[in-house]
Amino acid sequence: MGENGSFWLPEAASTIAPEVDALFYFVYWTSILFFVGVVGFLIYFAVKYRRKDHSFVPPAFHENKWIETASIVIPTILVLIVFTWGFKVFVKMYAAPPDAYEITVRGKQWYWEYEYDNGVVVPNEVHVPIGRPIKLNMSATDVLHSYFIPEFRVKHDVLPNRYTSLWFQVDEAGEYQVYCTEYCGTSHSAMLGKLIAEPEAEFQRWLSDQNADRPPEELGEILVASYNCAACHSVDGSRGVGPTFQGLFGSERQFEDGTTVVADENYLRESILMPAAKIVETYPPAMPPSYSSLSARELDGLIAYIKTLQ
Amino acid sequence: MHASSAAAPAVHYLNNEKTIKSWITTVDHKRIGVMYLVAVSLAFLAGGILALLVRTELAAPGETIMGPDAYNQSFTLHAVLMVFAFIIPAIPAVMGNFVLPIQLGAKDVAFPRLNLASFYIYLIGAVIALTALVVGRVDGGWTFYAPYSTSVGNGVLFITMGVFVMGFSSILTGLNFIVTVHKMRAPGLTWSRLPLFVWSIYATSIVQVLATPVIGITMLLLFLEKLVGIGIFDPALGGDPVLFQHFFWFYSHPAVYIMILPAFGVISDLMGTFSRNRVQGYKFVALSSVAIAFLGFLVWGHHMFVSGQSAVSSIVFSLITYLIGIPTGVKVINWVLTMYRGSVWLQTPMLYALMFLITFSIGGFTGIMLGVLAIDVHLHDTYFVVAHFHYVMMGGNVIAALGGLHYWWPKMFGRMYNETLARIAALLVFIGFNLTFFPQFIMGSRGMPRRYYDYLPEFEIFHQLSTLGSYVLGVGLFMILGYGIHSLFRGKKAPANPWGALTLEWTHTDSMPDPHNFHHTPVVTRGPYDYHLAPELFNDGVSGDGAGESAPEIVHRDTSEA
Ligand code: HEC
Ligand code: HEM
Ligand SMILES: [Cu+2]
Ligand SMILES: [Cu+2]
Repeated sequence: MGENGSFWLPEAASTIAPEVDALFYFVYWTSILFFVGVVGFLIYFAVKYRRKDHSFVPPAFHENKWIETASIVIPTILVLIVFTWGFKVFVKMYAAPPDAYEITVRGKQWYWEYEYDNGVVVPNEVHVPIGRPIKLNMSATDVLHSYFIPEFRVKHDVLPNRYTSLWFQVDEAGEYQVYCTEYCGTSHSAMLGKLIAEPEAEFQRWLSDQNADRPPEELGEILVASYNCAACHSVDGSRGVGPTFQGLFGSERQFEDGTTVVADENYLRESILMPAAKIVETYPPAMPPSYSSLSARELDGLIAYIKTLQ
Repeated sequence: MHASSAAAPAVHYLNNEKTIKSWITTVDHKRIGVMYLVAVSLAFLAGGILALLVRTELAAPGETIMGPDAYNQSFTLHAVLMVFAFIIPAIPAVMGNFVLPIQLGAKDVAFPRLNLASFYIYLIGAVIALTALVVGRVDGGWTFYAPYSTSVGNGVLFITMGVFVMGFSSILTGLNFIVTVHKMRAPGLTWSRLPLFVWSIYATSIVQVLATPVIGITMLLLFLEKLVGIGIFDPALGGDPVLFQHFFWFYSHPAVYIMILPAFGVISDLMGTFSRNRVQGYKFVALSSVAIAFLGFLVWGHHMFVSGQSAVSSIVFSLITYLIGIPTGVKVINWVLTMYRGSVWLQTPMLYALMFLITFSIGGFTGIMLGVLAIDVHLHDTYFVVAHFHYVMMGGNVIAALGGLHYWWPKMFGRMYNETLARIAALLVFIGFNLTFFPQFIMGSRGMPRRYYDYLPEFEIFHQLSTLGSYVLGVGLFMILGYGIHSLFRGKKAPANPWGALTLEWTHTDSMPDPHNFHHTPVVTRGPYDYHLAPELFNDGVSGDGAGESAPEIVHRDTSEA
């Protein structure tokens, strides 16, 4: 960690980190300047006016209005600059860009659990794509925790009763240390994790590999929830925005244009990838085309799951 | 009138009555101050030993001398003892009790019996808190954040009850001092002639009276939450953990002023006395302390920038934090300027005062760093914060308390300590303190979280330096204990005014003072640091140099007699 950082701060790996660091060093050098001034005068006075004659009584000294005023005005100005600057960077840290890639994080005694929206759940070691904003939506299942990545200069408490979030963007691939910084019991100091930032393609490969050992039907069930198919399709026979999945497989479908087809794997695949190709009778063409990018494995999973709903 | 001599007066507050009963039922503010001195010193000793254990455990990664549970309980107990049993009562209850009434020219505090009651309440609270040790586990630090604190062991019941009870002692002491300052000033002692120590204890008392009830209620609620599950803070019961943090810091930020304002008072007196000059900006120092006592209530949220409180409140808290920080900086400048064209006498108390100016400045500047929203996100709950608050609490309060103790020691016990040893100890404390806490800034800003039993190898060097420093600091402090005890029995007899100071405890009482302080009520005719108006102090050479052979007698005690 130390190797790419400065004396005081670790490597600046996120897009916000250099802004925080600039502010840090501004406050740092200004403080050093004042500190050296204070200590310099202190030593100078202590030596120069050191008591030589025990009966010497200094004449009454009158206060200098200029010094008095300057010692109030100058720090006030500096402090207001620092406040405004800190506030601007803080606001940036606070509001995640709307297009951020979102990952759910759960703090538990004593590990971090991550859930991706394709249902992949991994403990402690999280992969993220580089070059785009990442937003972590966090909650705890027991006591308070706090999510901290020094190299990114981000931190936020994780609470049991509400969602909190933080966001960052990393532009270079690398491995980063995650800490828990809110005391949470015996192994608080062992609640360490890793964050691995990698190029999009590698990230996608990693992500799809995570589901490799999951049976397809189970994967399908997770995807229906996480891709929100369930918002339009029920699994219990009731009518929604779209037709129910129950009993869909193997049934005969009636389309707007009067044609029919028996719902087999190919039909399901087509309906998901190109929803506009055939529109089921009495339904609007409301299904979004955004699922055309699903991986083959995900498609297989969805189809396998729909097949189970007889 | 009789002039004082280097020999202790025949009758003084320690020997006028000698039975044990006379001690446990005493209402003499000086004796109560001495009892507090013993009690808080024991708390400091216990807290200090725990600190050394904690540092030893951290000397190497992994298990060194204890397991994680023992470690977590050690740092928690260290913090609770240091904050509630040591630092909050330290200066106000020891020096405030001993010195304040005399500086006012009063016979005692306004309510002497209440004063004794405060002492016993403090003792009972401390004992209840310590019972937790026996009963079981208390970990998680002095902040007791819910829902963790209520999810483990029953020890927390005792700690919270102990803090609750000790709070009453703090409130009653504060009340007592406020009334004393208002009602018991000697003739001629106008507000603008009050020593700055009195001003600072007065401001502290205001905070004690106004803020302490809040921690009382908070602790009571936490107690009830644990005992009967009322569900104020624990989300599992429908409560809100962030609410606890608001309650806690609503007291605990003002409490940092309970810890630092008395130190400001001691330092002001020391800078004036040992520079033989008026304290620069007397009015500013006095009034800004009182102002801070009130404004300090408006910044608690700066401990919660990443807790989940709203962004707007974080921004407001950050702004107010700064505005309150400025007067503190101005005070430091004033203290330094007090030496300008003065006659600076580098005796041990003054060495501590100068040390304070250095360490407290570092604490203040890093406080500014932490107050910057975007930076605090990174630094919060790391060792940087640990270093910051040790620079203000230890580097501020404790260093000032040591300065005050050395300053008033001759008055309290009628004996001098060995000046050479005292200087060596002061140097050890200074080196040890900085070696202990400065490396914590570096590792903190590099990412080392606080309250960690174990750590990654890259932080090892800083932890080792810090542990080494704590041993040096320990040696310095034990040395003070050693020569202090030696001085009690073998120390040279102290003159009435070894420092040539101008406040009433030096000019108008013996070392040690009479049980009633004054033989007759003093009349005050000048400001507390108006050395140029006090020729009678210096005509025949100054008083003792502490270490020197025999101090010439210089105090003419009835100059200001009406
Ligand atoms: C915004 C609502 C909406 C969402 C979200 C949605 N669909 Fe659809 N879907 C529809 C509608 C409306 C139809 C019927 C019209 C059509 O055939 O295009 C439909 C049709 C289908 C069909 C053909 C059904 C039949 O009865 O022949 C399948 C299969 C299907 N969707 C699967 C999915 C899957 C899998 C997902 C999630 C990855 C999904 N849908 C998400 C609205 C939606
Ligand atoms: C210039 C004045 C000061 C400023 C601007 C300041 C600012 C801060 C800030 C912003 C924090 C929160 C840091 C964090 O938790 O992330 C903090 C923590 C702290 N400060 Fe200060 N501070 C000042 C002086 C003091 C003084 C005088 C004391 C006590 C004598 C003190 C004691 C503490 C303590 C105990 C904490 C840590 C509390 C904890 O989390 O356990 N501070 N300070
Ligand atoms: Cu933790
Ligand atoms: Cu604070």
